[in-house]
Amino acid sequence: MLSQAESASREALAPGFADAVFDAQAAFGAVMWAMARPGLTRAMPVHLAPPAPLAPEAAAVALALCDYETPIWLDPALAASSEVARYLRFHTGAPLTADPAAARFALIADPSAMPDFSVFAQGSPDYPDASTTLVVQVEKYRDDGLLLEGPGIRGRLGFGADPLPADIAARLRANRALFPRGVDLVLAGAGRVAALPRSVTVLEG
Amino acid sequence: MSAAPTGAMPAITYNFAYLDEQTKRMIRRAILKAIAIPGYQVPFAAREMPMPYGWGTGGVQVTAAVLGPDDVLKVIDQGADDTTNAVAIRGFFEKTAGVATTTATREATIIQTRHRIPETALSEEQILVYQVPIPEPLRFLEPRETETRALHALAEYGLMHVKLYEDIARHGHIATTYAYPVEVAGRYVMDPSPIPKFDNPKMDDCPALQLFGAGREKRIYAIPPYTSVRSLDFDDHPFRVQRFDKPCALCGAEGVYLDEVILDDRGGRMFVCSDTDHCEGRQAEGHVGEMGVAGGSPSPRPSSPRGEGVAGGTPHLSPRGGGRPVGAGEGASGAEKLP
Repeated sequence: MLSQAESASREALAPGFADAVFDAQAAFGAVMWAMARPGLTRAMPVHLAPPAPLAPEAAAVALALCDYETPIWLDPALAASSEVARYLRFHTGAPLTADPAAARFALIADPSAMPDFSVFAQGSPDYPDASTTLVVQVEKYRDDGLLLEGPGIRGRLGFGADPLPADIAARLRANRALFPRGVDLVLAGAGRVAALPRSVTVLEG
Repeated sequence: MSAAPTGAMPAITYNFAYLDEQTKRMIRRAILKAIAIPGYQVPFAAREMPMPYGWGTGGVQVTAAVLGPDDVLKVIDQGADDTTNAVAIRGFFEKTAGVATTTATREATIIQTRHRIPETALSEEQILVYQVPIPEPLRFLEPRETETRALHALAEYGLMHVKLYEDIARHGHIATTYAYPVEVAGRYVMDPSPIPKFDNPKMDDCPALQLFGAGREKRIYAIPPYTSVRSLDFDDHPFRVQRFDKPCALCGAEGVYLDEVILDDRGGRMFVCSDTDHCEGRQAEGHVGEMGVAGGSPSPRPSSPRGEGVAGGTPHLSPRGGGRPVGAGEGASGAEKLP
């Protein structure tokens, strides 16, 4: 038997994409262009209302890309909410995993407490693509903080986002040193997405 | 079930762009990893498509995964918008996705291509989708997938340099004219698909996003915008592209890739732009080649097989020899100035 509160919340499961085909395509398009142009933000054209603390932009990324093939790891802030787990399970069908190294996607609502990148799947030298994609919720973007260079960046580019760990530059440098292995970051929030793939070189920051 | 009139077949409808949503998600995840690791071939679960292998099943799946309702699609086959493969794929997406199509390079948001890069410079926000027969540049040097995978992991590309060196030893120059290997972002050696090496320099620092799909071989790879793409060479044998003796016979363009067209059985021939959109655009602007018609509409293009070598007559789409191109690159070798 469900308690009254539980049954009420089950009725109130937040909706996913209004249009499963075109919303998924639009959300993916934003992430693809963000990944192709590291450090440039891209408007997330899909607007969801997921349970807190899952951000609408991160939810759109998850719904567009996750399914039964992609175990998802939730950071403690998200894992504390059974509503978030239920929302993701229902709309994506993806299994949730407590092992970050087994996750294809990791959703991180509290970047300041983000675990080290090394706990996630890094891919192997033969299959560097078998690594975790980190979807990191941020509140705002800046054009300073990190000076970036690499594929997809015309010349050099200043970029920053808040909140991120204080040692983000060192983490990204360590991640780049593993190339072609390493994790890829998708930053989501403030109606936009940006990406810091493993190919990015941090010159300053 | 809707009540269809007795005996009438119900109209067949498809999901947008033919593929089901789970397949699109799988391809989209592969595309994201491909962009994050420029030049690395990401394995993906390529589906059977309603066209044979060798006709662009990989490119079609990539296009279907990125295509949106507002996109404008252009499809070219060896530079031409009006050849069988291009017409068929354009029609496929008109039918299954209802998207707008164009032949104008500048108007297109997605350009699917077989074996050419358009002459018109690509811009930011455009996507160039290549159809790839054999994605592994080392495959004809090392047939075992386990070995080529290890060679890529170790960035051990000595074999490829040996191949190019053997070209020099035998022919006095690097004789590879199409599918000329490139190094992407200083790391992975990549097969650029069977484009003529003439097009290789266009891949370097290109503002557009370049995606590669190999359906039979089940691989996707990518070059992000503004990424260094270097054609492999030697200090004393630097990379160089084909040059042509004459301008395009229809539009007079120089510095473009030309196809040889056989005109008769007495040795008559002409060289015309491989890129039909570029050629027609120039003719509309009033440029006239030596065999073009001044004033008025663009000259009708010759009907003999285009994009083929002197041997001619081979269908464009034949995946002869395991998908190696027929005529691509060698098409105008008669006009290539050898060092």
